[in-house]
Amino acid sequence: MPSAVRELELDLDAFEGPFDLLLTLILKDQLEPAEIDIASIVVAFVEHLTARDELDLDACGEFLVLIAALLEIKARHLFPEEGAELDELEPEEAAEELARRLAEYRRMKEAAVWLSERLATERERFFRLGPAPLAPQPERRLASQDPTLLAEALRGLAVPPPKVSLSHMALRFPPVAQFLERFRAVLRRRRVFDFDGEVGGLPRIEQAVAFLALLELRKSGEVALAQASPFAPIRVSRTETERTSAWTVRSA
Amino acid sequence: MDRPLRLISTDTIVGTPIDALARTLEALLVVASQPLAVGELAEAAAEEVERVETALGLVSERYREGRSGIVLERVAGGYAFRASREAAEACGRLFERPVERGLTQAALETLAVVAYLGPVSRPEIARIRGVAADSTVASLVERGLVAEAGRESAPGGAVRYRVTPLFERVFALDTLAELPRLDDLGGEQEAIRERLLAVAEARAS
Repeated sequence: MPSAVRELELDLDAFEGPFDLLLTLILKDQLEPAEIDIASIVVAFVEHLTARDELDLDACGEFLVLIAALLEIKARHLFPEEGAELDELEPEEAAEELARRLAEYRRMKEAAVWLSERLATERERFFRLGPAPLAPQPERRLASQDPTLLAEALRGLAVPPPKVSLSHMALRFPPVAQFLERFRAVLRRRRVFDFDGEVGGLPRIEQAVAFLALLELRKSGEVALAQASPFAPIRVSRTETERTSAWTVRSA
Repeated sequence: MDRPLRLISTDTIVGTPIDALARTLEALLVVASQPLAVGELAEAAAEEVERVETALGLVSERYREGRSGIVLERVAGGYAFRASREAAEACGRLFERPVERGLTQAALETLAVVAYLGPVSRPEIARIRGVAADSTVASLVERGLVAEAGRESAPGGAVRYRVTPLFERVFALDTLAELPRLDDLGGEQEAIRERLLAVAEARAS
């Protein structure tokens, strides 16, 4: 361990002495992690670095790993339920865990050194780089086909399509006014008439327009409508008060 | 080639079918921009794998250090041409090696973690190295040395990373198994633990 970290002298409320002693005491369960002010340790380390007037990256790395481990231990102690796993660890086991992590990291650092050396020895190998210009895989071969079959298929497509029927577009709506006049004429002769009896013989579309005319008359108050039950005949009667107001014709 | 080529003598092969196959393989390899596996070569040449391997023996004999400026090498699980080492200086005047230029210590450590433990997520890398790995991983992805390799199995799991064939090529590895064994690398856990406890004993007494 670099001496910059090991010999870091601390003067905390709960502890006074070198950093590694603090770590050891915590690992041996002789010091309560909750009592350690970790921020103060960081400040002490930064001051220590400043005093040395040179940036020791190895020491910084080591310190970060240790302080992170310490933070984790403290956090687990602060939340006992969630930290049960670590609470069960004997000090020996905790030390083991810390050592295991340090060893894991150290192995990766060694591997990085190996990679770096490998780069140096293989520096002389130049090779072509680029996207792989691979040809698309060849299509699956099909069994030989009879060209007349293709001609036949095309011939089927060449037949003109059946003429589309436009009959539904030929519907002509008679003007509503036509039925207004017709109903008014009927009402001049009779006080009451039966809607179905009057329009029964007309085509469906004309019956629909006649019904719209009936609604218009009802709206303007010229007629009263009565129906005994749904789908029963609609009885149309003249209202007593003659309305003089002319009303505008609305097209259907 | 690791297998001896006793059956074939260079005097008698010119003009034989195996020589023609060797020429075809040369052609495929000179066009390729990445290593070609034996299977790929066999498929492209419409030949059997065994005959392709024999022909590759011929090709690697023709293209070796000291004999040719082009060298056939076995790398990243396949075969590829590269420049001979004696031409490195001249190549260096004309070409760069952008993939590995300026790899930082952090990048190398991250690369080591991904190479050994991959597929591995950024949080796992961060746990081992003790610092966030986001920007380092991003730069390795950009260089093409590291690529995404699915996600952790839990729902919304973190993206995992592995090293690419380009990594193997840059570091001249046929497979990742050629990396030194982790157990053989530093990290003597026992020694670190001993030292921690020894210091503690010394202080306590």
